[in-house]
Amino acid sequence: MSAGEIRVAINSDQDIVSARQRGRQMATEIGFSTGDATLIATAISELARNIVSYAVKGQITLKMVNGLNRQGISVIATDDGPGIPDIRQAMRDGFSTSGSLGLGLPGVRRLMDEFEITSQPGRGTIVAVKKWRQ
Amino acid sequence: MEVPILKQGAVLIATFQAALSDADLNQLRMGLVQQVVRFRSRAVIVDVTAMDVMDSFASRTLREIAHMIRLRGAETVIVGIQPEVAFAMVQLGLTLEGVATALDLEEGLAYLNEKFKTTN
Repeated sequence: MSAGEIRVAINSDQDIVSARQRGRQMATEIGFSTGDATLIATAISELARNIVSYAVKGQITLKMVNGLNRQGISVIATDDGPGIPDIRQAMRDGFSTSGSLGLGLPGVRRLMDEFEITSQPGRGTIVAVKKWRQ
Repeated sequence: MEVPILKQGAVLIATFQAALSDADLNQLRMGLVQQVVRFRSRAVIVDVTAMDVMDSFASRTLREIAHMIRLRGAETVIVGIQPEVAFAMVQLGLTLEGVATALDLEEGLAYLNEKFKTTN
């Protein structure tokens, strides 16, 4: 098992598929169950989709992380896009999704264990999430 | 990646692969509607058994496919949503409201046969 990190450049819809496949593979290597690997892959898919929809390009960084007596996966989505003017609004359920396009951030938060978002209008957005192995 | 569409009597069966991009999904949406017209199909079964992830775009596309096909007067049944995929969809807040679903291909065909009282 490598402790290395994987960076996936996100420039097109095809990259969304690669990012979630790499994420699932890493989650499986870390020892996550198929169910949890699916949750992680789904979260990665949504984060990568936000990059393509709102920022056009960015990257997803996947990394194995060690906590106290536990292992997990860290997924960081960064872009240099327009940023999110009102994060609180973006974090409200049903703000942009209800199954539509992108910005399913409250959903991503439910899929993962830890969720952090930083965004500066005009400079970009960083969404950092983690999930710990049960 | 092309999605194979199989014609079985009045039913079209589209089988999704694991790694479908947005472009593939859009292409499938157009392809399915065109084939429903061409073959005067009465129903479409979309088999998503192999799909590893159903995110917001995939769910939305499936809903759109079902609605477009309904406008043609035909039925759509989504079959084979895996338990872990269903769990992730619920967590993400995605629904397939107004779209028929069934456990697998067999159940999907049974549902349609019941609905149309026809035999294949």
